[in-house]
Amino acid sequence: MHLRKDALEKIISICARYKDEPSPLMLVLSDVQKEYGYIPLEVQEVIAKELNLPVSDIYGVVTFYSFFSLTPKGKYVIGCCIGTACYVKGGQLVLDKFSDLLKIKPGQTTEDGLFTLDALRCIGACGIAPAITINGKVYPKVEVKQVEGIINEYRALEQKGA
Amino acid sequence: MAEVIKTVEELKVKTAKCEDCLKAKFNGTDGKRHIVVCGGTGCLSSNSHEILEELNRQIKERGLEDKVTANVVGCFGFCSQGPFVKIFPEETLYRGVKVSDVDKIFEKDILGGEVVEELLYVDPQTHEKVKRQDDINFYKKQLRIALHGCGTINPEVVDEALGYDAFKGLVRALSMSQQEVINDVLDSGIRGRGGGGFPTGKKWQFALDQKNDTKYVVCNGDEGDPGAFMDRSILEGNPVSVIEGMMIAGYAIGAENGYFYVRAEYPIAVNRLRIAIKELEEIGLLGDNILGSGFNFRVHIRLGAGAFVCGEETALLNSIEGKRGMPRPRPPFPAVKGLWQKPTIINNVETLASVPYILRITGKEYAKVGTERSKGTKVFALGGKVNNVGLVEVPMGTTLRELIYDIGGGIQHDKKFLAIQTGGPSGGCLTAKDLDTPIDYDNLIAAGSMMGSGGAIVMDEDNCMVDVAKFYLEFICDESCGKCSPCRIGTKRLLELLTKITDGKGTVEDLEHLRELSESIKAGSLCGLGQTAANPVLSTLNKFYDVYLEHVNEKKCSAGVCKKLFDFHIDPNKCKKCSLCSRVCPVSAISGVVGKEPFVIDTKKCIKCGTCISSCRFGAIYKE
Repeated sequence: MHLRKDALEKIISICARYKDEPSPLMLVLSDVQKEYGYIPLEVQEVIAKELNLPVSDIYGVVTFYSFFSLTPKGKYVIGCCIGTACYVKGGQLVLDKFSDLLKIKPGQTTEDGLFTLDALRCIGACGIAPAITINGKVYPKVEVKQVEGIINEYRALEQKGA
Repeated sequence: MAEVIKTVEELKVKTAKCEDCLKAKFNGTDGKRHIVVCGGTGCLSSNSHEILEELNRQIKERGLEDKVTANVVGCFGFCSQGPFVKIFPEETLYRGVKVSDVDKIFEKDILGGEVVEELLYVDPQTHEKVKRQDDINFYKKQLRIALHGCGTINPEVVDEALGYDAFKGLVRALSMSQQEVINDVLDSGIRGRGGGGFPTGKKWQFALDQKNDTKYVVCNGDEGDPGAFMDRSILEGNPVSVIEGMMIAGYAIGAENGYFYVRAEYPIAVNRLRIAIKELEEIGLLGDNILGSGFNFRVHIRLGAGAFVCGEETALLNSIEGKRGMPRPRPPFPAVKGLWQKPTIINNVETLASVPYILRITGKEYAKVGTERSKGTKVFALGGKVNNVGLVEVPMGTTLRELIYDIGGGIQHDKKFLAIQTGGPSGGCLTAKDLDTPIDYDNLIAAGSMMGSGGAIVMDEDNCMVDVAKFYLEFICDESCGKCSPCRIGTKRLLELLTKITDGKGTVEDLEHLRELSESIKAGSLCGLGQTAANPVLSTLNKFYDVYLEHVNEKKCSAGVCKKLFDFHIDPNKCKKCSLCSRVCPVSAISGVVGKEPFVIDTKKCIKCGTCISSCRFGAIYKE
């Protein structure tokens, strides 16, 4: 894969942003992940050069943290909380239902690139368990029977947009 | 450009002004009504932001700008009843407010001067409506120190924090020597609120005793314990209090830089922290020569990236340094060699939020609350199957019974209390016989659990404790960093054994293997995560051995959770032949004739999803 010129410049500028920080790697990776949704090997090579670090170190860090991804995520990232409070109130069943309907396992993305399903370990919204998030928006007290409607809501949004 | 505050005197003038403003707001002496709306994560997800927008829109539309104001405040803590709208000076608290209720609030309350009865909290026991927040049982037994200001002040405006005791602790600290500050913290007896319970003052002393020009303070906001959200609420509700705590710590040990390490999962907390830091820098309360004292302090934010183990202090340091978040062997302790090899203290959010209060009222005064060896208060995230779910701050020594029944309002749907899990994945569960145990660090350990960061998940008779142990083990397997083999491999084997048991293939020998392996993991791991990884297993084995035996001997799960151990059936005598269950069944496993023949479940086709049980209105479907 060849990086687009503008992407290359952007990544170099992100690295430059933190040049005065004592340990800039996490900051750079967070920004790149936010900007592009994933951090493929080619990008890691650029970061390695800019920060003067071995690319193996960067790969090690990227693969350690669940927020960093090597592959692109879907347009809508569904995070089902299965922290304890959500779990005891049926969070797992909600996750299973999404998994069933979207035909993907947690961590995977649908073939059309629309949805990624993630299992989250507590988003601190225990008072409204079970909770899910879709691109950051929190849905409170989700019931299994609502799941289909939620997916359809986003599919409809997509069709309207397209 | 905001006015820079250069001296203690200037701060006092400013504080007095802010206090007057805030008092006038709460007492109504400014001739206005003030509406505050909860902007905690729970309420925001139930559209509290839209409620605030609508309030402000209507204030404008009705031309009430001179008479009514509305702003956001931090978490009220009573998340299951949100979103909250509170009106001053009457202190009327409305719960479960919807955007469509805003009209009513204006017509009836703001303009009509009457209370909107249907939005009041109803006590589940007495069925009486309660108008004021302080009169609700959930709040009565609480003592809010770490949560000071949460749900009261606007977390995005530093002036409100200044009008609500901010920086009084720092001012007192700056008038004392470093050692005196630490002595005060030692006197307070406060112990780390993040889990370990190590005396905070001792930690600071170690760092002060290190001779080094560069030292650091780190605030651990990597709240990973699933089920705990106090750090999130404090950062969202009163970020200035945590920053002040960090500054006091910095002054005490001689550090000029502080790092917040906050989970990336908490965007609102991070945003409010950023706002507070920026405002404080602008008015000179962060930066060089703070209040003319010669004390310099700067605050930085670092985001986590989704790794539970980073809540362990040495792993956290590695993460800030841009490395894989794996723990480091101790010693050397961080107070000797921490961040970038410099002396560093790492304190939890709740600890730091309590520090300004301690300095404000003195350590000796703080120590009057609590038990002999656990002083002050502790915030618990009360969750699971209790009626009142939310954040509660209680004096140490409060009993579990008070927590669950008085504050928590008892178990949902009048079910039977089974256990309360405290301390998250590192903790354990406590049962009915522990209900009268006063909560403190040592009592919880003696009872087979731990304080941890304060997660308190209540389970009822519908929860299977073997399944709960399995749940925690799945979590630990995911989050084990892989450095130590006993933790990396051992937890996998534990999970396999538990899966075997919940699948109905376990034997009594497996229970012994579970115990043996758990002990090895405990002994052979470097960090807190590994050393406590097996606690959920050991604790449930100790307290619920009969449930384990039931699973291995009778291949039965009475709670009806372990799916491989039961089938769904329809009681033909209770079945009203309505066909509802067969219509909702996703795999067409239920057949019968409407109005004629009772319906029957084909257990071979059934996927045990439970949809039929929740749809049947006659309770005809059961598990066996």
